[in-house]
Amino acid sequence: MFTGLMLNTWVAASVVAVIAGMTGFFAVLRGSTFAAHAIPNGAFAGAAGASLLGINVIWGLAVFAVGGALGIGALGTEGRGRKARHDVVTALTLVVMLGLGALFVSVSSQYAEKTYSLLFGEVFGVSRGEVLPILGLGVAAGLAIGVAFRPLMLTGAVPEVAEARGVSTRRAELYFLIVMALATSMTVPVVGALLMFSLMIGPAAAARSVTARPGTALALSVLIALATVWLSIALSYETNWPLGFFVGTIGAFFYLTGLGARTFGGDRIRSA
Amino acid sequence: MHYLFEPGLLSSGPVRTALIVGTVVAITSGVIGVFTVLRGQSFAGHSLADVATTGGAGAFLVGINQFWGFLAAGIAAAALMEAIGVQRRRGRDVATGVVLGAALGAAALFLYLGTLHTATTGASFTVLFGSIFVVSPDTVPALAASGVIALLVTAVLSRTLLLTSVSPDLARARGVNVRLVGIAYLGALAVSVSLAAVAIGAVLSTALLIGPSATALRVTKSPARAMAVSALTGLAVTWLGIVLAYDSYYWPPRGHGWPVSFFVVVLVLAAYLLSYARPRRRLAPRSPHEEEGCEPVSALVAPEV
Repeated sequence: MFTGLMLNTWVAASVVAVIAGMTGFFAVLRGSTFAAHAIPNGAFAGAAGASLLGINVIWGLAVFAVGGALGIGALGTEGRGRKARHDVVTALTLVVMLGLGALFVSVSSQYAEKTYSLLFGEVFGVSRGEVLPILGLGVAAGLAIGVAFRPLMLTGAVPEVAEARGVSTRRAELYFLIVMALATSMTVPVVGALLMFSLMIGPAAAARSVTARPGTALALSVLIALATVWLSIALSYETNWPLGFFVGTIGAFFYLTGLGARTFGGDRIRSA
Repeated sequence: MHYLFEPGLLSSGPVRTALIVGTVVAITSGVIGVFTVLRGQSFAGHSLADVATTGGAGAFLVGINQFWGFLAAGIAAAALMEAIGVQRRRGRDVATGVVLGAALGAAALFLYLGTLHTATTGASFTVLFGSIFVVSPDTVPALAASGVIALLVTAVLSRTLLLTSVSPDLARARGVNVRLVGIAYLGALAVSVSLAAVAIGAVLSTALLIGPSATALRVTKSPARAMAVSALTGLAVTWLGIVLAYDSYYWPPRGHGWPVSFFVVVLVLAAYLLSYARPRRRLAPRSPHEEEGCEPVSALVAPEV
């Protein structure tokens, strides 16, 4: 389980988990759950396009993910009464990208297995050459979040106060979406488009329901994401079942455990 | 005529079935979508579609018609989301997301097990992206009946639904069981999403649900008119999409049709962007606090989307 190719898998998946835990924390805090779903999902289409053109899928993923982030950010965050429109624009951006993906896949007449692994992940196929770019993008995304930590927190938790202090909510949102897009483009080949999302939301939501302190919640979110990924890899290795299944189920399990802890632990846990 | 329609369009059996199914889907999604957009449940609508893929994959594994799988999973997920979803919008999104993540994981498992047993690889593509040209004529009555039932539920509930959508507090004060209305509505939504999933694929059914209704709500403020505009837009988009997909058989790469879902999505986006071209009117001055939870009663017109 810890030799040769599997070592690449462990390293790549751990980097993915750290990044997903961090971006997921802000996604849950800012209420960008739908965007967190739409960007990785839509980016899948870019991967299909890239393999149609015969270039590295990372580039296709990056172009589509950032394009999606810009689409959601540009059309969706203007004006008041934002939430409903934001969701509508997110949905439309997502389906446009997926529609293109359907076209690419159908035209390229590739085997459906390729589609399947892009959607649901193929963590056991990570090569040494892929580990380095993933590490690089991971460090970049971590730095990007670290640099803007305070404005992201402020605009996410108390947007009115942020606006009053002259921090642009809109710009912070766009910045965050782009960081999420970058993080996505490196994670999709590993955990798959559909499940990158579970890895972002499950651990972060569990962490937030246990503690109200941002620093603690962020750290906890990363830890839970790591635990989810490690457990999933081990189980997937043993059973040969798809990794995505374990990531989704274990993520939901942690969330429900967090909910239970809050319900039964009451204020004691929340204020701890 | 033949510049627009390639020969043999209407004499082809699959195309006729596709047009009938497309009509049912477009009208159901168009009408129900208006409420989805009004209630700010675009994410829930999309998630139900994605969760339906789990059912579709399960149905594929068991070997029954996909539609029943879509429907069963959709309704189960709707009930689950309403059960664990808290009333606050942010919490609801997270609960929706977690249900979605778990369901997608199960879909991955079902598809994997399915390919183990039957050695066909096209299933995941059909489940996810659908193909309206392979709908068998036998399922058409079932599809039509489900659509009519969903529309009836919506019609009966429409006034209450509007009230709970625009101002839940006011509805509660009037003695409306907001929760029950919510569940009934999500049930109808699940049916409509399953229908759309058969036509253009689970992942893309959101396009028909959200696109035409969002367009309609930008064009008119009256909910009734919005439903009509939305259904008509949906119809136009679906029919045009089917015709274009049929024509595309003669486009490059030759001998290989482009997917219907692609055309539908592109047309939906075009319609939505067109609605931006129309100058917007303000009916009432807007309060700066109208975001979630504290809407003034004067907001009893459809919010801008």
